[in-house]
Amino acid sequence: MSADARHLTGHGQDTHDSHAHSSGGHGTVQSYMTGFVLSVILTVIPFWLVMGNVLDNSLVTTLVILALGGVQMVVHVVYFLHMNTKSEGGWTFLALIFTIMVVVIMLAGSVWVMYHLNHNMMPMDAHDVMNNAR
Amino acid sequence: MFANLDLQQLLFGRFTIEQIPYHEPILQATFAGVAVVGLAVLGVITYYRFWGPMWRDWITSIDHKKIGIMYCIFAAVMLLRGFADAMLMRSQQAVAFGDEQGFLPPHHYDQIFTAHGMIMIFFVAMPFVTGMMNFAVPLQIGARDVAFPFLNNFSFWMTVAGGMLVMVSLFVGEFSRATWLAYPPLSGAAMSPGVGVDYYIWALQIAGIGTLLSGINLIATIVKMRAPGMTMMKLPIFVWSSLCTNILIVAAFPILTAVLAMLSLDRYVGTHFFTNDLGGNAMLYFNLIWIWGHPEVYILILPAFGIFSEITSTFCGKRLFGYTSMVYALVVITILAYLVWLHHFFTMGSGADVNSFFGITTMIISIPTGAKIFNWMFTMYRGRIRFEVPMLWVVAFIVTFVIGGMTGVLLAVPPADFVLHNSLFLIAHFHNVIIGGVLFGMFAGVTFWFPKAFGFKLDEFWGKVALVFWVTGFYVAFMPLYVLGLMGVTRRMQHFDDPSLQIWFVIAAIGAVLIACGIASQVVMFVVSIRNRDKLRDLTGDPWGGRTLEWSTSSPPPDYNFAFTPVVHDSDAWWDMKNRGFARPMTGYKPIHMPKNTAAGAILAGLNFVFGIAMIWYVWWLAALSFVAIFVVAIAHTFNYNRDYYIPADTVSRTEGQRTRELEMA
Amino acid sequence: MMHAETAPPGAAAPVFYQTDEEGHHSEGSTMLGFWLYLMSDCLIFATLFATYGVLGRSYAAGPTPKELFDLPGIAVNTAMLLFSSITYGFAMLEMDRDRVKQTQIWLAVTGLFGAAFVALEIREFVHLFHEGAPPWRSAFLSSFYTLVSTHGLHVSMGILWLIVLMVQVGKRGLIVENKRRLMCLSMFWHFLDLIWIGVFTVVYLMGVLE
Repeated sequence: MSADARHLTGHGQDTHDSHAHSSGGHGTVQSYMTGFVLSVILTVIPFWLVMGNVLDNSLVTTLVILALGGVQMVVHVVYFLHMNTKSEGGWTFLALIFTIMVVVIMLAGSVWVMYHLNHNMMPMDAHDVMNNAR
Repeated sequence: MFANLDLQQLLFGRFTIEQIPYHEPILQATFAGVAVVGLAVLGVITYYRFWGPMWRDWITSIDHKKIGIMYCIFAAVMLLRGFADAMLMRSQQAVAFGDEQGFLPPHHYDQIFTAHGMIMIFFVAMPFVTGMMNFAVPLQIGARDVAFPFLNNFSFWMTVAGGMLVMVSLFVGEFSRATWLAYPPLSGAAMSPGVGVDYYIWALQIAGIGTLLSGINLIATIVKMRAPGMTMMKLPIFVWSSLCTNILIVAAFPILTAVLAMLSLDRYVGTHFFTNDLGGNAMLYFNLIWIWGHPEVYILILPAFGIFSEITSTFCGKRLFGYTSMVYALVVITILAYLVWLHHFFTMGSGADVNSFFGITTMIISIPTGAKIFNWMFTMYRGRIRFEVPMLWVVAFIVTFVIGGMTGVLLAVPPADFVLHNSLFLIAHFHNVIIGGVLFGMFAGVTFWFPKAFGFKLDEFWGKVALVFWVTGFYVAFMPLYVLGLMGVTRRMQHFDDPSLQIWFVIAAIGAVLIACGIASQVVMFVVSIRNRDKLRDLTGDPWGGRTLEWSTSSPPPDYNFAFTPVVHDSDAWWDMKNRGFARPMTGYKPIHMPKNTAAGAILAGLNFVFGIAMIWYVWWLAALSFVAIFVVAIAHTFNYNRDYYIPADTVSRTEGQRTRELEMA
Repeated sequence: MMHAETAPPGAAAPVFYQTDEEGHHSEGSTMLGFWLYLMSDCLIFATLFATYGVLGRSYAAGPTPKELFDLPGIAVNTAMLLFSSITYGFAMLEMDRDRVKQTQIWLAVTGLFGAAFVALEIREFVHLFHEGAPPWRSAFLSSFYTLVSTHGLHVSMGILWLIVLMVQVGKRGLIVENKRRLMCLSMFWHFLDLIWIGVFTVVYLMGVLE
């Protein structure tokens, strides 16, 4: 009987009612403001880096602004979308992880595949293209 | 005169009366056939005064069972269309040698193979799969409907709207000639200026919205609406396979949508994504569309795997062997499906390192699939196998699919693929897995769940005849293509010069005729079964000795599926209930909360159909009008807050009383 | 596991039916379903980003990002979207307190910021057309316009949805259904902001860096 009772409070049951309306708690003024301030900072820095030519090396700048963009996305997910590992029984988090995986595969894969293709198939360089276009 | 012309263009876009191919004899005959059958159907509906019930009980229905059944009927109708295309191709290739040009000119032949591939995947296999999931998943998890019943109805009608666009292309204008995936630059505006590719694009975009929404719907259903006690590791395996399928749908179809949108921008706006000039790159299209395309393969096959699993354990009277390994195999396939796409274009020229990566991942993904085959065989091992029709399909599947899978592993080896790419070997391979896997799975599923849907079994004799014809027909039709492919014969050919090849094509055509006999037997099977329905009637609701919850309710199930939500203690919940002597509660019925029917889905899909037609023919005023109308109807629908009702307790009581009497009679 | 099928002798008969249930709450699935939709939308953007990643340097002897992009303008655009995010947050907080008027006011402010964003984007596109950089000039421009305007279209749809919701909240108040819809739009709105981070980083900032 105790085993059955445990089953009843298992996953299938609680998703029926208790989560129904309480999911996606909307945070507080404080959490929204924290997210906002962090976002402003994380937006201003990359714009400043690029517009002010702060770093000489453009590769380093690229990596830094990509990293900042990534951090800002996390900030948005946490403070604005209120994502955590528990909402909806963890399913939204799982969906997010899966999506990120597919996105990474698609972005990295496409660039990798197409870069090798262009490399192997010897496309015209910019100079040839320019001459052809005119 | 010119003002006249402009007015015509304004009103009808690029449509002129010459666009109706009334001068082609094959199409004339087809049109006559369609018109006669169509009028007959309309006549029958009118004669039996079926219009009202059809509108109330089917078209506007949000009942997942009815929507599932409609998906399957739609798929079956489209199967006839797709198979007619296949017959045309097989007969053309059997005769068009040397001086003989056959009866199909190239421009017509190219439309036929494009339509065949596209219809079979998007409008036969997909609706079949979605229909099965729609019908069975809520019943198997002990739910009363899907999570979003209205969206379910809308999804179905969007799929139909897409299919109708393809059908219209038969008689108005032309269809795409650019292969089933519309490869650029052939599908670009420069090479295909006509309406064909636009028909293709809009059919897929509109149907794709339906597919995506039904994917979201079923995931939410499985995650949120399981009966109490049904933990993830107690899900019936078909539900698990549906979950993985729908995850793949949600995470793959957006890619198709985006890629087709870019192709249409190339065609409509003149952008340069996939063109040959100004920096466009056609191979990017191949890359992107196969990121969708490979998961699509698993979208089709995973539900079939689920059906085979259910049938195997039911007809062997045994628990499925290796349930946990089955689940992990499904999940691993779901992830690996995104890592193999390049094996569809090894010959593109990405180089050895790229090709070896994707070759290896492709070989890895065959491992979980192989594990499943062993699971089915170990389930059969020492089982008390009842060789009824669904189980016979399983056996036919296991043998056929293993052959198809092994030729797939051959193709996964990049150097071998350089020889076999775009040859008939490839054609034989994917028909081997799609017919032997997906289609056999759907036939098995139809035979298995038909008594649940309609309350009587399908005729066994004709079911077996159909199976024999399908299986032999498949082997006779496609084994010659393996041979031809190894000899280097390429696909999509309307005519051949080398007469020594002809015998193989003749054999393949005989195979196609055998399959036609199989389809005819299936039609006979339905007619005979409906005529003998009283003899074939099943009153128990559990004709096969089932193991999962759908067999615990009556056949056909009441609108609300379950008067009381079952409580689950085991992965084979119904088997467990029967073993432990459950008692069906006879009193204490409560009103049941259900969603209301609505016409919004059918209306929205109809408007989408009009929008598609307008975009295809450049009738801009109609496109704008229907686009606005779509928004107006959709927004108006959101103002309707009154979407549900209660089935009163005494109605439930009456229905369940009837069920009690039936159980006593059985 | 096999003997779990039969109950141990003497054990009470297990419960096989839930006889005292309230009925299913399918509404409970909406937030999850909408989240799944957002994930699928995310993949549409990912496809467009991948396309931009591959074609973003195919200028075909046409204009390059460095010549075209006006970073101060983009910074203003970004600010608009960021402000609209926080004001939508305020609308949600007012919604939690069940204050109809304040919720509507913050929604209106959000909509105005969104409209400003769309207007600035249109102005940018008009400017680019005048510079001789329409989408059919090169693959780079095709992928640029498609990515950015897909985002812009989403924002426009968001504004339309926002107006509809303001009307519905006005008509029916903050009932459960409307709160749920506001929460969905909230996710949609913040999600678009998130996509914009990718756009300004990868397209504009990295484009100018070249």
